[in-house]
Amino acid sequence: MKVNEMIKDFVKGIWKENPVFVQVLGMCPTLAVTTSLINGLSMGLATTFVLVASGLAISALRKLIPDQVRIASFMIIISSFVTVVKLLFEAHIPEISSQLGPYLPLIVTNCIILGRQEAFASKEPVGRSLLDSLGMGVGFIFALVVLGSVRELFYQGTIGGFELLGSWYKSMVIMVQPAGAFISLSLLVALFHKLSGSE
Amino acid sequence: MGLFFIFVAIVLTQNFVLHYFLGICPFLGVSDEMEGAFGMGIATTFVMTLTAIITWNINTFILKAFNVEFLEYVSFILVIASLVQLVEMFLKKYLPELYETLGIYLPLITTNCAVLGLALFMVLREYNFVESAVFGFGAGVGFTLALVVMAGIRGEINEEDIPEPFRGTGITLLVAGLLALAFMGFSGLVPT
Repeated sequence: MKVNEMIKDFVKGIWKENPVFVQVLGMCPTLAVTTSLINGLSMGLATTFVLVASGLAISALRKLIPDQVRIASFMIIISSFVTVVKLLFEAHIPEISSQLGPYLPLIVTNCIILGRQEAFASKEPVGRSLLDSLGMGVGFIFALVVLGSVRELFYQGTIGGFELLGSWYKSMVIMVQPAGAFISLSLLVALFHKLSGSE
Repeated sequence: MGLFFIFVAIVLTQNFVLHYFLGICPFLGVSDEMEGAFGMGIATTFVMTLTAIITWNINTFILKAFNVEFLEYVSFILVIASLVQLVEMFLKKYLPELYETLGIYLPLITTNCAVLGLALFMVLREYNFVESAVFGFGAGVGFTLALVVMAGIRGEINEEDIPEPFRGTGITLLVAGLLALAFMGFSGLVPT
Protein backbone atom coordinates (compact mmCIF):
# COMPACT_ATOMS: atom_id res chain seq x y z
CA MET A 1 0.00 0.00 0.00
CA LYS A 2 1.32 3.40 -0.98
CA VAL A 3 1.90 6.12 1.52
CA ASN A 4 -0.48 8.64 -0.01
CA GLU A 5 -3.27 6.04 -0.04
CA MET A 6 -2.65 5.50 3.66
CA ILE A 7 -2.82 9.22 4.28
CA LYS A 8 -6.04 9.40 2.28
CA ASP A 9 -7.63 6.62 4.37
CA PHE A 10 -6.80 8.59 7.48
CA VAL A 11 -7.50 12.17 6.44
CA LYS A 12 -10.87 11.69 4.74
CA GLY A 13 -12.62 11.19 8.09
CA ILE A 14 -11.40 14.49 9.45
CA TRP A 15 -12.67 16.89 6.80
CA LYS A 16 -14.12 15.53 3.55
CA GLU A 17 -16.20 12.77 5.15
CA ASN A 18 -16.41 14.22 8.65
CA PRO A 19 -18.84 11.95 10.51
CA VAL A 20 -20.76 14.79 12.18
CA PHE A 21 -20.67 17.75 9.81
CA VAL A 22 -20.88 15.87 6.49
CA GLN A 23 -22.30 12.40 7.17
CA VAL A 24 -24.59 13.55 10.01
CA LEU A 25 -23.95 10.39 12.04
CA GLY A 26 -23.66 9.93 15.78
CA MET A 27 -25.97 12.86 16.49
CA CYS A 28 -27.21 11.68 19.90
CA PRO A 29 -23.89 11.97 21.78
CA THR A 30 -22.90 14.98 19.68
CA LEU A 31 -25.89 16.97 20.90
CA ALA A 32 -26.28 15.48 24.36
CA VAL A 33 -22.86 15.70 25.97
CA THR A 34 -21.30 18.81 24.41
CA THR A 35 -22.28 21.15 27.23
CA SER A 36 -18.58 21.80 27.80
CA LEU A 37 -15.25 21.22 26.13
CA ILE A 38 -14.14 18.55 28.60
CA ASN A 39 -17.34 16.49 28.26
CA GLY A 40 -17.16 16.61 24.48
CA LEU A 41 -13.51 15.60 24.51
CA SER A 42 -14.02 12.63 26.84
CA MET A 43 -16.97 11.38 24.80
CA GLY A 44 -14.89 11.76 21.63
CA LEU A 45 -11.99 9.80 23.11
CA ALA A 46 -14.25 7.03 24.44
CA THR A 47 -15.98 6.68 21.08
CA THR A 48 -12.68 6.64 19.20
CA PHE A 49 -11.37 3.87 21.45
CA VAL A 50 -14.44 1.72 20.78
CA LEU A 51 -14.31 2.54 17.07
CA VAL A 52 -10.64 1.58 16.72
CA ALA A 53 -10.78 -1.51 18.95
CA SER A 54 -13.90 -2.97 17.36
CA GLY A 55 -12.63 -2.04 13.90
CA LEU A 56 -9.46 -4.04 14.56
CA ALA A 57 -11.38 -7.01 15.98
CA ILE A 58 -13.95 -7.11 13.19
CA SER A 59 -11.39 -6.63 10.44
CA ALA A 60 -9.31 -9.48 11.89
CA LEU A 61 -12.35 -11.74 12.21
CA ARG A 62 -13.99 -10.72 8.93
CA LYS A 63 -13.49 -14.10 7.27
CA LEU A 64 -14.84 -16.03 10.26
CA ILE A 65 -18.11 -14.12 10.74
CA PRO A 66 -20.95 -15.58 8.65
CA ASP A 67 -22.71 -12.98 6.54
CA GLN A 68 -26.23 -13.61 7.88
CA VAL A 69 -25.39 -12.90 11.51
CA ARG A 70 -22.81 -10.19 10.92
CA ILE A 71 -24.83 -7.29 12.37
CA ALA A 72 -25.55 -9.23 15.57
CA SER A 73 -21.88 -10.24 15.85
CA PHE A 74 -20.74 -6.63 15.29
CA MET A 75 -23.12 -5.44 18.00
CA ILE A 76 -21.78 -7.96 20.51
CA ILE A 77 -18.16 -7.00 19.77
CA ILE A 78 -18.98 -3.30 19.99
CA SER A 79 -20.96 -3.60 23.22
CA SER A 80 -18.16 -5.61 24.85
CA PHE A 81 -15.70 -2.80 24.16
CA VAL A 82 -18.23 -0.24 25.41
CA THR A 83 -18.50 -2.19 28.67
CA VAL A 84 -14.69 -1.98 28.96
CA VAL A 85 -14.77 1.80 28.46
CA LYS A 86 -17.62 2.26 30.93
CA LEU A 87 -15.81 0.30 33.65
CA LEU A 88 -12.55 2.19 32.99
CA PHE A 89 -14.33 5.55 33.19
CA GLU A 90 -16.11 4.57 36.40
CA ALA A 91 -12.88 3.49 38.03
CA HIS A 92 -10.58 6.34 36.98
CA ILE A 93 -12.69 9.42 36.19
CA PRO A 94 -15.95 8.90 38.11
CA GLU A 95 -17.07 12.58 37.86
CA ILE A 96 -16.99 12.57 34.07
CA SER A 97 -18.56 9.12 33.99
CA SER A 98 -21.53 10.34 36.03
CA GLN A 99 -21.85 13.52 33.93
CA LEU A 100 -22.03 11.51 30.72
CA GLY A 101 -24.55 9.18 32.40
CA PRO A 102 -26.41 6.84 30.06
CA TYR A 103 -24.82 8.46 27.00
CA LEU A 104 -21.57 6.58 27.64
CA PRO A 105 -23.18 3.12 27.21
CA LEU A 106 -25.16 4.55 24.30
CA ILE A 107 -21.92 4.50 22.29
CA VAL A 108 -23.12 0.97 21.41
CA THR A 109 -25.76 2.40 19.08
CA ASN A 110 -23.61 5.22 17.72
CA CYS A 111 -24.22 4.87 14.00
CA ILE A 112 -20.65 5.97 13.19
CA ILE A 113 -19.30 2.77 14.71
CA LEU A 114 -21.65 0.26 13.10
CA GLY A 115 -21.51 2.25 9.87
CA ARG A 116 -17.72 2.06 9.65
CA GLN A 117 -17.71 -1.67 10.45
CA GLU A 118 -20.31 -2.36 7.78
CA ALA A 119 -18.78 -0.08 5.16
CA PHE A 120 -15.09 -0.61 5.81
CA ALA A 121 -13.75 -2.92 8.52
CA SER A 122 -15.75 -5.97 7.42
CA LYS A 123 -14.23 -5.75 3.93
CA GLU A 124 -10.73 -4.36 4.29
CA PRO A 125 -7.49 -5.66 5.91
CA VAL A 126 -6.51 -4.69 9.44
CA GLY A 127 -4.05 -1.93 8.48
CA ARG A 128 -6.45 0.07 6.33
CA SER A 129 -9.25 -0.42 8.82
CA LEU A 130 -7.06 0.97 11.61
CA LEU A 131 -6.31 4.13 9.62
CA ASP A 132 -9.94 4.53 8.64
CA SER A 133 -11.28 4.25 12.17
CA LEU A 134 -8.53 6.52 13.55
CA GLY A 135 -9.43 9.16 10.97
CA MET A 136 -13.15 8.93 11.69
CA GLY A 137 -12.41 9.06 15.42
CA VAL A 138 -10.30 12.19 15.08
CA GLY A 139 -13.01 13.76 12.91
CA PHE A 140 -15.59 12.98 15.56
CA ILE A 141 -13.41 14.38 18.37
CA PHE A 142 -12.83 17.52 16.30
CA ALA A 143 -16.59 18.04 15.87
CA LEU A 144 -17.35 17.42 19.56
CA VAL A 145 -14.56 19.71 20.75
CA VAL A 146 -15.68 22.56 18.48
CA LEU A 147 -19.33 22.22 19.48
CA GLY A 148 -18.44 21.80 23.17
CA SER A 149 -16.22 24.90 23.13
CA VAL A 150 -18.81 27.06 21.38
CA ARG A 151 -21.57 26.03 23.78
CA GLU A 152 -19.40 26.46 26.87
CA LEU A 153 -18.17 29.86 25.65
CA PHE A 154 -21.65 31.25 25.10
CA TYR A 155 -23.04 29.59 28.22
CA GLN A 156 -20.65 31.01 30.78
CA GLY A 157 -17.85 32.72 28.88
CA THR A 158 -15.23 30.00 29.44
CA ILE A 159 -13.54 27.35 27.33
CA GLY A 160 -12.22 24.29 29.12
CA GLY A 161 -12.71 26.16 32.43
CA PHE A 162 -10.57 29.19 31.41
CA GLU A 163 -12.37 32.49 31.59
CA LEU A 164 -12.27 34.19 28.21
CA LEU A 165 -15.02 36.76 28.19
CA GLY A 166 -14.55 38.28 31.65
CA SER A 167 -17.03 38.87 34.42
CA TRP A 168 -19.29 41.24 32.45
CA TYR A 169 -20.63 38.28 30.47
CA LYS A 170 -24.13 37.23 31.52
CA SER A 171 -24.53 33.47 31.18
CA MET A 172 -26.93 32.17 28.55
CA VAL A 173 -28.68 29.15 30.03
CA ILE A 174 -30.26 28.23 26.69
CA MET A 175 -26.85 27.07 25.42
CA VAL A 176 -26.74 24.07 27.76
CA GLN A 177 -30.38 23.21 27.10
CA PRO A 178 -31.57 21.03 24.19
CA ALA A 179 -32.69 23.97 22.04
CA GLY A 180 -29.25 25.57 22.28
CA ALA A 181 -27.62 22.30 21.25
CA PHE A 182 -29.72 21.99 18.10
CA ILE A 183 -29.30 25.62 17.11
CA SER A 184 -25.53 25.80 17.64
CA LEU A 185 -24.99 22.56 15.72
CA SER A 186 -27.19 23.90 12.92
CA LEU A 187 -25.08 27.05 12.65
CA LEU A 188 -21.84 25.03 12.76
CA VAL A 189 -23.02 22.66 10.01
CA ALA A 190 -23.94 25.65 7.83
CA LEU A 191 -20.54 27.23 8.51
CA PHE A 192 -18.81 23.97 7.62
CA HIS A 193 -20.71 23.75 4.34
CA LYS A 194 -19.82 27.36 3.57
CA LEU A 195 -16.12 26.76 4.25
CA SER A 196 -15.83 23.48 2.34
CA GLY A 197 -18.14 24.57 -0.49
CA SER A 198 -15.47 26.71 -2.16
CA GLU A 199 -13.18 23.74 -2.82
CA MET B 1 -44.64 10.00 40.53
CA GLY B 2 -47.79 8.32 39.23
CA LEU B 3 -48.13 6.40 36.00
CA PHE B 4 -49.96 9.28 34.38
CA PHE B 5 -47.09 11.68 35.03
CA ILE B 6 -44.53 9.20 33.75
CA PHE B 7 -46.49 9.06 30.52
CA VAL B 8 -46.99 12.82 30.15
CA ALA B 9 -43.36 13.51 31.03
CA ILE B 10 -41.93 11.18 28.43
CA VAL B 11 -44.30 12.27 25.68
CA LEU B 12 -44.18 16.03 26.18
CA THR B 13 -41.84 17.55 28.75
CA GLN B 14 -38.95 15.10 28.45
CA ASN B 15 -39.55 13.95 24.91
CA PHE B 16 -36.95 11.37 23.91
CA VAL B 17 -36.02 13.17 20.70
CA LEU B 18 -36.22 16.80 21.75
CA HIS B 19 -35.00 16.53 25.33
CA TYR B 20 -32.70 13.50 25.49
CA PHE B 21 -31.52 13.59 21.85
CA LEU B 22 -32.34 9.90 21.41
CA GLY B 23 -33.40 8.68 17.99
CA ILE B 24 -32.05 11.74 16.21
CA CYS B 25 -30.86 9.79 13.15
CA PRO B 26 -34.34 8.70 11.98
CA PHE B 27 -35.68 12.07 13.12
CA LEU B 28 -33.34 13.95 10.78
CA GLY B 29 -33.16 11.35 8.04
CA VAL B 30 -36.41 9.58 7.40
CA SER B 31 -39.05 12.15 8.15
CA ASP B 32 -39.74 13.74 4.78
CA GLU B 33 -43.36 12.62 4.38
CA MET B 34 -46.05 12.22 6.99
CA GLU B 35 -47.02 8.66 6.15
CA GLY B 36 -43.51 7.27 6.34
CA ALA B 37 -42.87 9.13 9.59
CA PHE B 38 -46.03 7.71 11.10
CA GLY B 39 -45.18 4.15 10.02
CA MET B 40 -41.70 4.45 11.46
CA GLY B 41 -43.17 5.82 14.69
CA ILE B 42 -45.67 2.98 15.08
CA ALA B 43 -43.04 0.30 14.38
CA THR B 44 -40.68 1.89 16.90
CA THR B 45 -43.41 2.25 19.55
CA PHE B 46 -44.19 -1.43 19.18
CA VAL B 47 -40.55 -2.49 19.58
CA MET B 48 -40.01 -0.03 22.45
CA THR B 49 -42.96 -1.32 24.48
CA LEU B 50 -41.82 -4.93 24.04
CA THR B 51 -38.22 -3.97 24.81
CA ALA B 52 -39.27 -2.31 28.06
CA ILE B 53 -41.22 -5.39 29.14
CA ILE B 54 -38.52 -7.91 28.23
CA THR B 55 -35.46 -6.02 29.42
CA TRP B 56 -37.15 -5.31 32.76
CA ASN B 57 -37.56 -9.04 33.30
CA ILE B 58 -34.03 -9.83 32.17
CA ASN B 59 -32.58 -7.14 34.37
CA THR B 60 -34.55 -8.16 37.46
CA PHE B 61 -34.57 -11.93 37.22
CA ILE B 62 -31.27 -12.68 35.50
CA LEU B 63 -28.76 -9.82 35.74
CA LYS B 64 -29.56 -8.69 39.29
CA ALA B 65 -30.40 -12.16 40.60
CA PHE B 66 -27.05 -13.59 39.47
CA ASN B 67 -25.03 -10.43 40.08
CA VAL B 68 -23.85 -10.13 36.50
CA GLU B 69 -24.87 -6.52 35.88
CA PHE B 70 -21.74 -5.90 33.81
CA LEU B 71 -23.44 -7.88 31.05
CA GLU B 72 -26.16 -5.20 30.87
CA TYR B 73 -25.24 -3.65 27.52
CA VAL B 74 -24.40 -6.89 25.73
CA SER B 75 -27.63 -8.58 26.80
CA PHE B 76 -29.83 -5.53 26.12
CA ILE B 77 -28.52 -5.07 22.60
CA LEU B 78 -28.97 -8.79 21.94
CA VAL B 79 -32.57 -8.60 23.13
CA ILE B 80 -33.28 -5.61 20.92
CA ALA B 81 -31.63 -7.11 17.84
CA SER B 82 -33.44 -10.42 18.18
CA LEU B 83 -36.73 -8.70 19.04
CA VAL B 84 -36.57 -6.65 15.87
CA GLN B 85 -35.83 -9.80 13.89
CA LEU B 86 -38.73 -11.61 15.57
CA VAL B 87 -41.20 -8.80 14.97
CA GLU B 88 -40.13 -8.74 11.34
CA MET B 89 -40.71 -12.49 10.90
CA PHE B 90 -44.03 -12.35 12.74
CA LEU B 91 -45.36 -9.50 10.63
CA LYS B 92 -44.18 -11.14 7.42
CA LYS B 93 -46.10 -14.31 8.22
CA TYR B 94 -49.27 -13.08 9.86
CA LEU B 95 -49.77 -9.46 8.85
CA PRO B 96 -48.21 -9.17 5.38
CA GLU B 97 -50.02 -5.90 4.67
CA LEU B 98 -48.57 -4.19 7.72
CA TYR B 99 -45.20 -5.70 6.85
CA GLU B 100 -45.33 -4.07 3.42
CA THR B 101 -45.75 -0.66 5.06
CA LEU B 102 -43.34 -1.05 7.99
CA GLY B 103 -40.89 -3.53 6.49
CA ILE B 104 -38.18 -1.13 5.41
CA TYR B 105 -38.07 0.64 8.78
CA LEU B 106 -37.72 -2.41 10.96
CA PRO B 107 -33.99 -3.22 10.55
CA LEU B 108 -33.18 0.44 11.23
CA ILE B 109 -34.69 0.19 14.70
CA THR B 110 -31.82 -1.97 16.00
CA THR B 111 -29.43 0.95 15.75
CA ASN B 112 -32.00 3.48 16.95
CA CYS B 113 -30.42 4.68 20.15
CA ALA B 114 -33.85 5.53 21.55
CA VAL B 115 -34.56 1.83 22.09
CA LEU B 116 -31.35 1.06 23.97
CA GLY B 117 -31.62 4.43 25.72
CA LEU B 118 -35.06 3.45 26.94
CA ALA B 119 -33.72 0.26 28.53
CA LEU B 120 -30.84 2.15 30.18
CA PHE B 121 -33.05 4.95 31.55
CA MET B 122 -35.48 2.37 32.87
CA VAL B 123 -32.76 0.62 34.87
CA LEU B 124 -31.26 3.92 36.03
CA ARG B 125 -34.59 5.18 37.37
CA GLU B 126 -35.42 1.83 39.02
CA TYR B 127 -38.94 1.66 37.62
CA ASN B 128 -41.14 -1.30 38.55
CA PHE B 129 -42.72 -3.54 35.94
CA VAL B 130 -45.86 -1.52 35.18
CA GLU B 131 -43.96 1.79 35.24
CA SER B 132 -41.45 0.37 32.76
CA ALA B 133 -44.15 -0.74 30.36
CA VAL B 134 -45.84 2.69 30.51
CA PHE B 135 -42.45 4.39 30.10
CA GLY B 136 -41.64 2.27 27.04
CA PHE B 137 -45.01 2.92 25.40
CA GLY B 138 -44.88 6.65 26.21
CA ALA B 139 -41.36 6.96 24.83
CA GLY B 140 -42.63 5.46 21.57
CA VAL B 141 -45.60 7.83 21.44
CA GLY B 142 -43.32 10.81 22.07
CA PHE B 143 -40.95 9.64 19.35
CA THR B 144 -43.86 9.30 16.90
CA LEU B 145 -45.15 12.75 17.82
CA ALA B 146 -41.77 14.39 17.21
CA LEU B 147 -41.30 12.53 13.93
CA VAL B 148 -44.73 13.45 12.57
CA VAL B 149 -44.46 17.12 13.57
CA MET B 150 -41.04 17.29 11.94
CA ALA B 151 -42.32 15.64 8.76
CA GLY B 152 -45.10 18.21 8.49
CA ILE B 153 -42.71 21.12 8.91
CA ARG B 154 -40.21 19.70 6.45
CA GLY B 155 -42.93 19.31 3.86
CA GLU B 156 -43.50 23.08 4.08
CA ILE B 157 -39.81 23.97 4.21
CA ASN B 158 -39.00 22.13 0.99
CA GLU B 159 -41.02 24.73 -0.89
CA GLU B 160 -39.06 27.65 0.52
CA ASP B 161 -35.93 29.34 -0.72
CA ILE B 162 -33.32 28.41 1.89
CA PRO B 163 -29.81 29.94 1.92
CA GLU B 164 -27.32 27.54 0.33
CA PRO B 165 -25.24 26.49 3.39
CA PHE B 166 -28.37 25.73 5.42
CA ARG B 167 -29.93 23.35 2.90
CA GLY B 168 -30.46 19.84 4.19
CA THR B 169 -29.04 19.25 7.64
CA GLY B 170 -28.63 22.86 8.71
CA ILE B 171 -32.25 23.92 8.40
CA THR B 172 -33.51 20.62 9.86
CA LEU B 173 -31.41 21.11 12.98
CA LEU B 174 -32.58 24.71 13.26
CA VAL B 175 -36.21 23.58 13.09
CA ALA B 176 -35.46 20.92 15.70
CA GLY B 177 -34.03 23.64 17.95
CA LEU B 178 -37.20 25.72 17.62
CA LEU B 179 -39.32 22.63 18.28
CA ALA B 180 -37.28 21.94 21.41
CA LEU B 181 -37.92 25.52 22.52
CA ALA B 182 -41.64 25.06 21.91
CA PHE B 183 -41.71 21.82 23.86
CA MET B 184 -40.06 23.60 26.81
CA GLY B 185 -43.41 25.35 27.15
CA PHE B 186 -44.88 22.07 28.41
CA SER B 187 -42.47 21.88 31.33
CA GLY B 188 -45.03 23.09 33.88
CA LEU B 189 -47.27 20.11 33.22
CA VAL B 190 -45.36 17.68 35.38
CA PRO B 191 -44.64 18.51 39.03
CA THR B 192 -41.02 17.88 39.91
